[in-house]
Amino acid sequence: MESSTTRKRPLSPFLTVYRWQYTMALSILHRVTGCALSVGLLLFAYWLVAVASGRSMYYEARDFFAHPLVRVMLIGFSFAFFYHLLNGVRHMTWDTGHGLERKAARLSGWIVFLGAVATTALFWLLIARRFGGAA
Amino acid sequence: MSLRSPIGRVLGLGAAKEGVSHWWSQRVTSVALVLLGLWFVASLLRMPGFGYEVVVTWIAVPLNAVLLLLLIAALVYHSQLGVQVVVEDYVQHHGLKIVTMLFITFAHVVVAALAIFAVLRVAFSGVA
Repeated sequence: MESSTTRKRPLSPFLTVYRWQYTMALSILHRVTGCALSVGLLLFAYWLVAVASGRSMYYEARDFFAHPLVRVMLIGFSFAFFYHLLNGVRHMTWDTGHGLERKAARLSGWIVFLGAVATTALFWLLIARRFGGAA
Repeated sequence: MSLRSPIGRVLGLGAAKEGVSHWWSQRVTSVALVLLGLWFVASLLRMPGFGYEVVVTWIAVPLNAVLLLLLIAALVYHSQLGVQVVVEDYVQHHGLKIVTMLFITFAHVVVAALAIFAVLRVAFSGVA
C-alpha cells in the first residue's frame, strides 16, 4: 500500500542537468581540498610524532619533508589549506544571508580563488627568503 | 504506532533527533580553525629555523603547546565532521557506509591521540 512516505515522488534535478559554471568548480573544490587536508592531517601528526620521538626520527622526517616530490605535495596542501580557509569564510558569510546574489557570489569566488593562489605563493616566498633551501 | 504525522516527527530536531548540532559544530570548529590556523602559519614563518632543538623549544613553550593541542582537537573534529558528510553523500550501500564511517572515526581518534601525546611529551620533557 502506498503511504505518503513510500509514494514515488519526482527527484530533484541532479548535477548532470545543469550547465557547467565555474562557481560549481569552486564549490566542489571546497570538498576536494577538505578531503585533501584530512590526508594532510596525517603528515602533520607524523611531524609532531617525529619531534616527540627524538633527534634521529626528527631528522628522518625533515629529510622526508625536504624531498622535492614531498615539497610539491606540501605546496599542494598549503594551497588546499588557504583555499579551504578563505572559501570557508565565504561559506560562513553566506550563512549570515549576505553575498548570495549571483553577482556577489561570482565575485567572491574569484577573490577566494585568486586569494588562495596569492597567499600560497606569498607563504612559500617568505619561507624561501627566510630559510633558503634549508627549511 | 505513533499517531504523529511523518512531518510532525521530523520537525524541530529532525529525523536523526540531533537537529542542527552537526552543522553547528562544523561552524564552531571553522571559526576556531581560522584563528588557530592563521596562528600556526604565522608561527611557521616566524620560526628561527627547523633544527631539532629549535622545534622542541618552540613546542615546549606553554602557550604554543596549548594552542597546538587546541589546533589538533579542532582539526580532527572538523575533519571527522567533513569526511562524514562526504561519506554519507557518496557511499550508497548502507552496510559499507557504516563500516567506512567506523574506519574513519577510528582513524581520526588514533591520529588525535598520537598528535596530542606527541605534543604533551615534548612539552613535559623538552629536548630528549
